[in-house]
Amino acid sequence: MNKYMERIYNGVIKENPVLVLMLGMCPTLAVTTSATNGFGMGVSTMVVLIVSNMIISALRKLIPGEVRLPAYIVIVASLVTIVELVTQAYIPALYSALGIYIPLIVVNCIILGRAEAYASKSTPILSAFDGIGMGLGFTIALTIAGLIREFLGAGTAFGAQIIPKSIDPIGIFIKAPGAFMVLAFIVAVMNALSIKTRANDMVEGCDGCCATCNKACHEEGKEENK
Amino acid sequence: MKELIMIIVSMALINNVVLSQFLGICSFLGVSKQLKASASLGGAVIFVITIASAVANLLYTFVMVPLHLEYLKTIVFILVIAALVQMVEMFLKKTSPAIYQALGIFLPLITTNCAVLGVALTNVQDEYNFIQSVFAGFGTAVGYTLAICLLAGVRSRIDEEAIPAPFRGAPIVMLSAALMSIAFMGFSGLAL
Repeated sequence: MNKYMERIYNGVIKENPVLVLMLGMCPTLAVTTSATNGFGMGVSTMVVLIVSNMIISALRKLIPGEVRLPAYIVIVASLVTIVELVTQAYIPALYSALGIYIPLIVVNCIILGRAEAYASKSTPILSAFDGIGMGLGFTIALTIAGLIREFLGAGTAFGAQIIPKSIDPIGIFIKAPGAFMVLAFIVAVMNALSIKTRANDMVEGCDGCCATCNKACHEEGKEENK
Repeated sequence: MKELIMIIVSMALINNVVLSQFLGICSFLGVSKQLKASASLGGAVIFVITIASAVANLLYTFVMVPLHLEYLKTIVFILVIAALVQMVEMFLKKTSPAIYQALGIFLPLITTNCAVLGVALTNVQDEYNFIQSVFAGFGTAVGYTLAICLLAGVRSRIDEEAIPAPFRGAPIVMLSAALMSIAFMGFSGLAL
């Protein structure tokens, strides 16, 4: 396996951003009401992730260390705005289904996380493959979660009727509580198969989901020690 | 006046930011381990979201609309929020060390809290004026505080129960959140 393929394997399986690293929970819970929406969100995020990884990696020697986070945020926000305008113009159905969650791609931990952890240290081509891998992993996880919720909650898959209409679907799965339930069961299954995920560290407080969380937890620890 | 109260109730209970809009999930799951920390974070969130809604609204109405730069709102809002949190932190440090002691460590956490950006963007989408934006921001933050404190209360009980091994940790916390979310769905029956 060459190093480019290794990046993709890493993103999809080994460090799947949603199922293993538990990053980007907001869109995972919010837009997975149907498989199509999950897929659309996944692809939008993947586009932003690939391009932002490439740009940040290309500029990694030009951006001074102290201002790197604001610089990354401006790059990501510009790309998100482009994606938002393109979806609004060419895929209006997806734009209205995802609504506010498209601009909120800016604060998705996955994107800044990859910029900080990978793109700022690697070549543009490798970073692009890292973006493809992580983006694919995100898209696959969102599509699966969307498929489960859509199947249970509406009896359809990608809009096609699977369960006959005479059987009432369990409507709550496409409403808000269903999102938490499906994700809880996915993590429980991963736990039962003893696949190590970051989910349990996450609820312990110091999850390091974002650069700043770590700092907050660290200082809190220091205060307790006093 | 009635309309403003309606905005607060609808933002805090009916469209609860965490339990029905899924914004700020990261800190909701992470910090809810202790009630005290949850309450402090809630206080900091109320403070920041209310100010951020006001500033974002002023900036949007008086700078971006006249210059026809509405499409830049995502970039402008995220930068304003980041700068604002920094300024609030410095201001509190200088002027009221007591509040800073209580909220300080949670302020940097809020920059990346998607609820803040979410509220600023929804206010624009719903075409709220200045007063309405401030109240909507306040209501949202109260809803966040309510949800995180309730979850912290539930979690302190969960710790003592015998839970099947695969469900320990994150899954049971998410299931608790699911049950809370079902309870909050009941508020949509409020006749407004």
